[in-house]
Amino acid sequence: MTIVQDAAQKLMQTAISLMPEGWLPGGTPDPLMHRHGMIGAPVSRLDGRLKVQGRAPFAAEIPLEGLVQAAVLYSTISRGTITVMDTAAAEAAPGVVLVMTHNNAPRMKPPPLMLTHAKAAGNSSLPVMQDGAVHWNGQPIALVLAETLEQADHAVSLICVTYEAAHAFNTLDEARAHARTPDSILGEPPSVKIGDAEAALAASEFRIDRDYRTPRQNHNAIEPHAATVAWDGDDLTVHDATQMVNSTAWTLAQVFGLREEQVRVISPFVGGGFGGKGLWQHQILAAAASRLAGRPVRIMLSRAGVFHSVGGRTMTEQRVALGAGPDGRLAALIHTGIAGMTTHNNCPEQFTFPARHLYSAAAIHVAQEVADMDMVPNTYMRAPGEAVGSFALECAMDELAEALGMDPIELRRRNEPERDPTTGNAFSSRHALEAYERGAAQFGWENRNSIPRSRQEGEWLIGMGMATATYPYYRMAGGAARIRLTRDGRVTVGMAAHEMGMGTATVQAQHIAERLALPIGNIEFLYGDTRLPPSTLAGGSSQTASISAAIIATHEVLVGELLKLAGNASPLAGLKAGAVIARDGGLCALDNPGLHETYAAILARAGRDDLVCEAKAPPPLELKKYSMHSHGGQFCEVRVSSVTGEVRVSRFLGSFDCGRILNAKTAASQFRGGIIMGLGLALMEETLVDERTGRIMNPSLAEYHVPVHLDVPRIEVIWTDKPDPHAPLGARGIGEIGITGVGAAVANAVYNATGRRIRELPITLDKLL
Amino acid sequence: MTPFTYARATDAAHAIGLASAGMQPRYLGGGTNLVDLMRETVERPQTLVDVSGLSRDIALRDDRSLMIGAAATNTALAADQAVREHYPLLSRAILAGASGQIRNMATVGGNILQRTRCTYFYDTASRCNKRVPQAGCDALEGHNRIHAILGAPLVGLPSCVATHPSDMCVALAALGAIIHLQSPDGMRLMPLVDLHRLPEGRPELDTVLSAHELITAVELPDSFTGARAAYRKIRDRSSYAFALVSVAALLEVRDGIVTKIRLALGGVAHKPWRAWRAEASLRGQRSSPAAFAHAAEAELANAMPLRDNGFKIELARRAIIATLTGLAEDPA
Repeated sequence: MTIVQDAAQKLMQTAISLMPEGWLPGGTPDPLMHRHGMIGAPVSRLDGRLKVQGRAPFAAEIPLEGLVQAAVLYSTISRGTITVMDTAAAEAAPGVVLVMTHNNAPRMKPPPLMLTHAKAAGNSSLPVMQDGAVHWNGQPIALVLAETLEQADHAVSLICVTYEAAHAFNTLDEARAHARTPDSILGEPPSVKIGDAEAALAASEFRIDRDYRTPRQNHNAIEPHAATVAWDGDDLTVHDATQMVNSTAWTLAQVFGLREEQVRVISPFVGGGFGGKGLWQHQILAAAASRLAGRPVRIMLSRAGVFHSVGGRTMTEQRVALGAGPDGRLAALIHTGIAGMTTHNNCPEQFTFPARHLYSAAAIHVAQEVADMDMVPNTYMRAPGEAVGSFALECAMDELAEALGMDPIELRRRNEPERDPTTGNAFSSRHALEAYERGAAQFGWENRNSIPRSRQEGEWLIGMGMATATYPYYRMAGGAARIRLTRDGRVTVGMAAHEMGMGTATVQAQHIAERLALPIGNIEFLYGDTRLPPSTLAGGSSQTASISAAIIATHEVLVGELLKLAGNASPLAGLKAGAVIARDGGLCALDNPGLHETYAAILARAGRDDLVCEAKAPPPLELKKYSMHSHGGQFCEVRVSSVTGEVRVSRFLGSFDCGRILNAKTAASQFRGGIIMGLGLALMEETLVDERTGRIMNPSLAEYHVPVHLDVPRIEVIWTDKPDPHAPLGARGIGEIGITGVGAAVANAVYNATGRRIRELPITLDKLL
Repeated sequence: MTPFTYARATDAAHAIGLASAGMQPRYLGGGTNLVDLMRETVERPQTLVDVSGLSRDIALRDDRSLMIGAAATNTALAADQAVREHYPLLSRAILAGASGQIRNMATVGGNILQRTRCTYFYDTASRCNKRVPQAGCDALEGHNRIHAILGAPLVGLPSCVATHPSDMCVALAALGAIIHLQSPDGMRLMPLVDLHRLPEGRPELDTVLSAHELITAVELPDSFTGARAAYRKIRDRSSYAFALVSVAALLEVRDGIVTKIRLALGGVAHKPWRAWRAEASLRGQRSSPAAFAHAAEAELANAMPLRDNGFKIELARRAIIATLTGLAEDPA
């Protein structure tokens, strides 16, 4: 996201040699923008068969000669110094190859922190195992290599550590005393003021002024973090589970004093990312230990290890104040608050972002602070900011609607902005009202009784709630694609992109098939390897746009080259690239389909076996000109036991406006997955941290609850499918919006069922007794 | 995990012999709890005696009493036709617990002897009187939302506020199960409700079992013909979560009078909690929501809240009333 926005700004200051693409200001429209065929079709994931057969090799499954297994020891205090590290018993234990601590780890530079460089991947700027300082409870402090994982685990348990503990900030309440305003919130100003919102609030006839709290949460992808690493001289290969192969390679190169090309990162299969699969300490430690031991190393974090050493979503305390007249138009919108962070990371949880773009308030004030804590550096977790920010804002909107005696959708309709309320930019494409209306109709919103606690079946109170979903469009600067077209009509496209289960490769195969007018079976999309042309990271729901932009740019070059090769003997003779279109395994004139020649014929006449082209994606200028956001309406029905306070979500519907949908099947899974994760956020997810020690007390899937099948009702998802004219392929990205608004939709439904407003997540039954 | 030896027992006597000869032995059933605890180094046995090959028989006798071999899996017991027909309470309680995969592995004996889910017990960096005698208890002033409200956990030092996590045992407590035990000293029978202990200053001891004593069978002497049964489990998600509070109840009402009542609670104490006071207050009384409320209050009169778990008192009260009211109203 911002990394790349920052980098984009730098790039945009340089001369742009490329022709503007169709979606960029001044470009000509992409002929595929509205074409229905392979794009949009519900194609099953091309890697599905491999995965269900267990034949997709994940990072912890790479066999290497001489491989040793790693286990990690984590600190048990949250701040202080290691005074004694007794490793004698561990070193003497069976099968042990190496015990690495700060006393013998190789000297390494700290990983450059994310956002400080376009390719920086560090989640923390702390040096890794270079001294005895402890910065959080659960910090890796020793690593054991052994012949088997069991031997490594056992040896780790034999290490005795003595600490000199220092005072630690384990709670937001204590850390708040030293709250600070960060320089920026992911490239955006930490505070925006339009008019005098406090005065407007005070003067409003209808006022809502509430505080909301959301807890820490941890990443729990089904695949725990893992890497298999090997050195060949000074060349390092990392088989990783990552959303950022190129950034990981560059950052590891900085840590070990190598050139970027000396580090190869391979990551074709990732068992879930959600923002958590980046560069943490384990890859660095494994590479360091591998160098010391002279053997390849496999590291696979335990589930508890993921909790302790991989950050998640931080806690927030938010204030939302809304002032309105009887017509519901917002006179004041205030969204402020604080999030826990650390001194050594930069992830302030952008919870005020929705309020910057959603509603046309006359006066707006948003502001974010952070409080530095001694905890595992928090990071991005599916819709960071928007997931919890939309909880606060959309609950407050529900309260305002009730105070006004107005339907919540009508309130949103009356505050639908003409232009972006804080930037003043035109929207590239915004159909939020249509999404609400279609969602409401399909869900049966008109059956909702606006009087709380008015519907009951047996002991179960039934209620409905809705909330707005919103997530920005991002396209990250950088990225290039290579297309190889062979005479037999097969195409290989390569780009070091990422597949964490979303369907990246499938969707791009569809895209390439449509763009080249070839069967999808002829397309191979190579990704997940830094030997391929570089990719941007898979985050911020941006990857599909970023990859598509690079492929479109490369395809333009390819068409130009094909026309050159076609020469004067071709039916296409004399046509320029803009005057042809792909059809039936070849090219034809845009205005005369009869002028057609296949790729095979062009290459054969030219005596070529193949044609290879490579080009870079143009910088994301569209983001400078337009306000680009996706929207949706989340609709929820809950049943709440009047006896026990248990909440059961009985129906859910998400209606989205995300531009064009590129694959109806994988998109539906992304939306549903986001909604399910949102149900967890609403009802159960919470990292329990002991305030005295800063220790995570529920580091397991038995005690840290995510929804089980029985918690998830039938979820309907629908979409507007309106191409955004300023996004590649018209698609704005769909990975994150599904989780946004879900917390509020559930909380608003719980209110409608019970008459109880719960403003602190998760909504556990004790809060409803 | 600390290295250990492993041996598979062919019968109870063999198991006891193996355990008696081994260093720091533990009996291994399905391993769904013990192996987890070994991975966390909470348990560090040096000898594992696998008793999962012992009796798995489930036999209904002519008098409708039931004998269950201790190695029967939770899945097999819950699915057994005789159990479903005559002891539906047991079947429902088992199916309310764990996951299908865990129930497939877990044995009846292992379920009874599973250890607490107190997060401070699991975390070897925390102080825990149950894990390390006299070490102190970090749960007392820590996250104790899932902890005990009954059994005077603060009486007698060192204290322990942990709960017993089993669902099956709550049903067994209500059903008056008899546990068959065998040790180097011979065999003995013991009511399940006497098997588990309250902390009483020795929280490291979950049960009264003597050294190397083995559970060989569980006997259910009475199917409570005529009584209606219910198991209600209240938890933080719909499945695969331990009970915050659970209620096992058997109720027979004749001519408006409570003629049979068995009530047990889960998730509230260091042991499966037989609600003797509530039963006594109801037996022979007129069946009514008011009587059920009175019974619940009698049972919970001595409940003591900790920082985070005060809600359990109200939750238990409501659960008892709702469960009994449901049974009383439900037409036979």
